Amino acid sequence: MMNKIALIIKREYLTRVKKTSFLVMTLVGPLLMAALMIVPAWLALEGKDVQMVQVIDETGQFINQFESTETLQFEHQFVSIEKAKEEFYDTKYTSILYINSTDKDGEVEMFYKKQPGVSTIKQIENTIESAINTLELKNKFDISKDQLDQAKSNITIKTIYRDISGDEESKSSTISSVLGLAGAVMIYFFIFMYGIQVMRGVIEEKTSRIVEIIISSVKPFQLMMGKILGIALVGLTQFILWMVLTGAIVTVAQVVLHQSINMSSNPSGIEEVMQGQDAQVESQKILTQFESIIDEIPISQLLFSFLFYFLGGYLLYAALLAAIGSAVDSEADTQQFMMPVTIPLIFSFVVAQTVIENPDGAMAFWLSIFPLTSPIIMMVRIPFGVDAWELALSMVLLVLGFIGTTWMAGKIYRTGILMYGKKVNYKELWKWLFYKG
Amino acid sequence: MDLLHVKRVYKSYASHKALHNVSIHIPEQSIFGLLGPNGAGKTSLIRIINQITAPDKGEVFFEKEKLSPKHISQIGYLPEERGLYKKMKVGEQALYLAQLKGMPKNEAKIKLQNWFEKFDIAPWWDKKVEELSKGMAQKVQFITTVLHEPKLLILDEPFSGFDPINTNLIKKEILELRENGSTIIFSTHNMESVEEICDSIALINKSKKILDGNVDDIKHQYRSNTYEIVFVGNMIAFSTALWTGFEILKSSTENGKTKVEVKGTSPNTSVNSLIGALVSQVKIISVNEHTPSMNEIFIQKVQEVMPETLEEGGDDE
Repeated sequence: MMNKIALIIKREYLTRVKKTSFLVMTLVGPLLMAALMIVPAWLALEGKDVQMVQVIDETGQFINQFESTETLQFEHQFVSIEKAKEEFYDTKYTSILYINSTDKDGEVEMFYKKQPGVSTIKQIENTIESAINTLELKNKFDISKDQLDQAKSNITIKTIYRDISGDEESKSSTISSVLGLAGAVMIYFFIFMYGIQVMRGVIEEKTSRIVEIIISSVKPFQLMMGKILGIALVGLTQFILWMVLTGAIVTVAQVVLHQSINMSSNPSGIEEVMQGQDAQVESQKILTQFESIIDEIPISQLLFSFLFYFLGGYLLYAALLAAIGSAVDSEADTQQFMMPVTIPLIFSFVVAQTVIENPDGAMAFWLSIFPLTSPIIMMVRIPFGVDAWELALSMVLLVLGFIGTTWMAGKIYRTGILMYGKKVNYKELWKWLFYKG
Repeated sequence: MDLLHVKRVYKSYASHKALHNVSIHIPEQSIFGLLGPNGAGKTSLIRIINQITAPDKGEVFFEKEKLSPKHISQIGYLPEERGLYKKMKVGEQALYLAQLKGMPKNEAKIKLQNWFEKFDIAPWWDKKVEELSKGMAQKVQFITTVLHEPKLLILDEPFSGFDPINTNLIKKEILELRENGSTIIFSTHNMESVEEICDSIALINKSKKILDGNVDDIKHQYRSNTYEIVFVGNMIAFSTALWTGFEILKSSTENGKTKVEVKGTSPNTSVNSLIGALVSQVKIISVNEHTPSMNEIFIQKVQEVMPETLEEGGDDE
């Protein structure tokens, strides 16, 4: 009998893995994920338009106060604003910054050829503000820029969790949030995608009328379980391939980016050397910070719980969706039954954001215990640290949950797959649960 | 010996009775016709024999043993509502179904290739099922049903979807399977094919068995005792000869030949007694006993029980 389930699993697995759509998803997924990680870094490095700002400073107070950066360069010109505007399109400048007062709450005009981005405007505002600040400090309190720089500080807060027995653990809530949300999104996505595949598979067997041929050889329950497990393996295969491929792409991209960082910090102007070094120091700092945080997060625990909640959640929902598939004649008829099944899933996805803000709150606790919501909510909580007993309780309940739904689904499935041309309602489904053999 | 014995089986669903105290005996190496109008309970009985569902009450014996999962590999089932995975390749799919019946892969492959040759569909081995014509798909299904050489074959409307040539091909195969020792349950609405190939039948109506037995016996039992005689001669002499024991139903004369339909009033009437009475009186051209067709028996029996039962009903509970 086990042999037959193995045959069914094999068929379900191979027919899906051999599909072109599986191959495409497997390749596109990692490219997308890698793109999400690499593109911001790459954009930061290059590709940004360089803004050349011509500064007309009638107050004469801001000369050499504006610090140019790679993408934003200031040049002071001692011409009248009228002349500058007239010749604007003959110059290389992308905009003219016109300052005619040092009023702290004043307005400054900027003329442009090409609309500068919000971030560019913000950057210029900040520059002017800090220049005015420096000026004010110098004029009123006689503090020089050097003195000011010496007083500057750069603080990050390191949060440390101290438990009742005195063990301390430092965590970064930012990284935890990102990881938690990423895990939740993945689980949500996987459960939905593969759960629906189970439902479609059942409907396919029913509408193509092969089901009666098969269940004269195997028990309906074996057919259902074989399908659910086969598709679970497809999901795992896809997940593992995604991880491996994403890892590979990101590693390659890192090497390439590193080279271009080194190259771009081989500059001509002295100022740029300074900046290049600054940038490098800065990015180095972020990198080490990131690494130390990664070290603090229990990756293997995270991975294990991800697999557990993915499988547990999938089995729970796939069984329900298989039952739905067996009860209807076509996918169009699934709507009324899909709603109650997908609501807890969508609900937990929606409240995941709230749970991140308060990962130890009452709502977070209860939702991470309840089997229909725990796969997603617990994944959100785990990077923040969850007590062992809570985790154990949640896991046990999830296992009980999917045994329960599988039992129920088996009963409905057994009757449903042989029922054609009948509109089924909940009352009918309820009766099926108690049909004999 | 009986290959299959269904003993006092009851099955009911929430809303209606599907089988009520149904017993049948199916002799080994015979073709058994399972007949009945739509919704009579045939499919329910077939599903019980296939162990897809269990009876509420009653038992089924396979070669004197109580039916159990170990018998699954000895039964081949071709359901009325049948299909295949559309996106799967033909050969691959046939192999899969054979393996599900417990056949080792290599053996299944060799046998399948033989059958594919025999049915002229070998070039379709690597095609997807959706590319096949309906008839070809039916052939594949027939092959997968018989491939594992089951002792009991259950064929539900096996000829639907076949053209006359392929119908004959399948018919020939069914008869050959019986010769080779298989027992076949044959469920159909096509009464002609029942007369042609069935050894015995059971007629089920409204969840109850209303008739069963050997086809020839049943036809004999349901004979109407009517005869058709064509003769040349005097009608008065004719009717005088048949004065006792016969009743003339109708007569007509054409080109000097008279055609008369008579009904025997005693059950002992036979063609012989007719000829005996007539031979000295008229010139007999032909005497035929009118035997009822299975179709007539079917309609008569079903209407007898409940005149209004010949309505359409779902067969799929």
